[in-house]
Amino acid sequence: MLTLNRENFAQEVLQSEQPVLVEFWAPWCVYCRRISPALDRMDQASEVKIAKINIDEQPELAAQFQVEVIPTFLLFQQGQHGDRLIAPGSQAQIEEWIRTQRG
Amino acid sequence: MKDIYDVVIIGGGPGGYAAALYCVRAGLDTLVLEKLSAGGQMATTTQVDNYPGFDEGIDGFELAEKMQRGAERFGAVTEYAEVTALDLKAVPKRITTSAGEVQGRAVILATGASPRMLGVPEEAAMRGRGVSYCAACDGMFFRGKTVAVAGGGNSAAEDALVLSKICKKVYLVHRRDTLRATKSYLGPLEKAENLEFVWNKQIDGLQATDGQLTGISMTDRVTGERSTLPVDGLFVAVGRVPDTDLVRGQVDLDAEGYMIADETTRTSVPGVFAVGDARTKPMRQIITAAADGATASKFVEEYLQQL
Repeated sequence: MLTLNRENFAQEVLQSEQPVLVEFWAPWCVYCRRISPALDRMDQASEVKIAKINIDEQPELAAQFQVEVIPTFLLFQQGQHGDRLIAPGSQAQIEEWIRTQRG
Repeated sequence: MKDIYDVVIIGGGPGGYAAALYCVRAGLDTLVLEKLSAGGQMATTTQVDNYPGFDEGIDGFELAEKMQRGAERFGAVTEYAEVTALDLKAVPKRITTSAGEVQGRAVILATGASPRMLGVPEEAAMRGRGVSYCAACDGMFFRGKTVAVAGGGNSAAEDALVLSKICKKVYLVHRRDTLRATKSYLGPLEKAENLEFVWNKQIDGLQATDGQLTGISMTDRVTGERSTLPVDGLFVAVGRVPDTDLVRGQVDLDAEGYMIADETTRTSVPGVFAVGDARTKPMRQIITAAADGATASKFVEEYLQQL
């Protein structure tokens, strides 16, 4: 799974041809850890690129996207993102949200 | 995932995987349906000290993976899918999931519980904009800020203590004039200098500016007086609700939504069993959920023999 930082964010996310699912997380977030096996499975199967931002290491990116709770998800398409998804309850909910975002 | 199993277990927490272990070792074809990852509520506890056999305690996430692998070692199958509909009266029972339909000759419901919402307008929309249900997860965002904790039980007391170490000021807002929390919490709570009790207040509204929480409004349950409290964060810790919406109308539930079943784990529907936190029981712990799972396997076997 792709790890994002200030240096690669523009290239990997904003300029990506493929839609990118970005998760803002931190190592101390216990619910993020519950979600991570689901993201690993989706990373194998999904046509969406999946990437993570560790908010402890990338506070500027967290601030730029006004992330105040984790896990927060944004789906970037052609450099733009829509509504955020916070602490989804299931893998199916993440997949359904992605379908809705993609329209 | 095949089309049909002897037993389909819904939920991959300690109740679900203990049931899977015992069922598969009894020779039953066993499927576990899990919507996210193993462990349920247990997987968000980093230190479990009250499950015997781990003298140094164990991380709940790791314990969940061990329980899962323990059941899979004997042939239990896990499918990561969310159940969207159930027909428990059908023979065999029909289960519709996000990954397709599957049938079970017997079904074990191990759906667990989730944090209860406060029930004020805009609450869901304000989640992540100042409203949180997990102090251990989100507390760090409120370093040096002012927060309120809603609730009066052990989880509220624990959240208030955690937050008092991070935040500038913590209000513990409770509907009554005493806590229901275990006595061992009271001393540390009273010692925390930045913690203030707010008694007899029902939180009935959220205030926000630009979509960000700025305060809560409350009504005094004794005088009826209304007031507001400016806060940057609200941590809701008002208990849990069983995840039983899926079976409502099919399985008998008590007034609080728990599936009615005794120690045999048999519900009101033949061939349907309830284990763990979602069952009516006096104590909801990892070990009692696991015990339910083991017991269920005996009555699943008994049911399948008479089919």
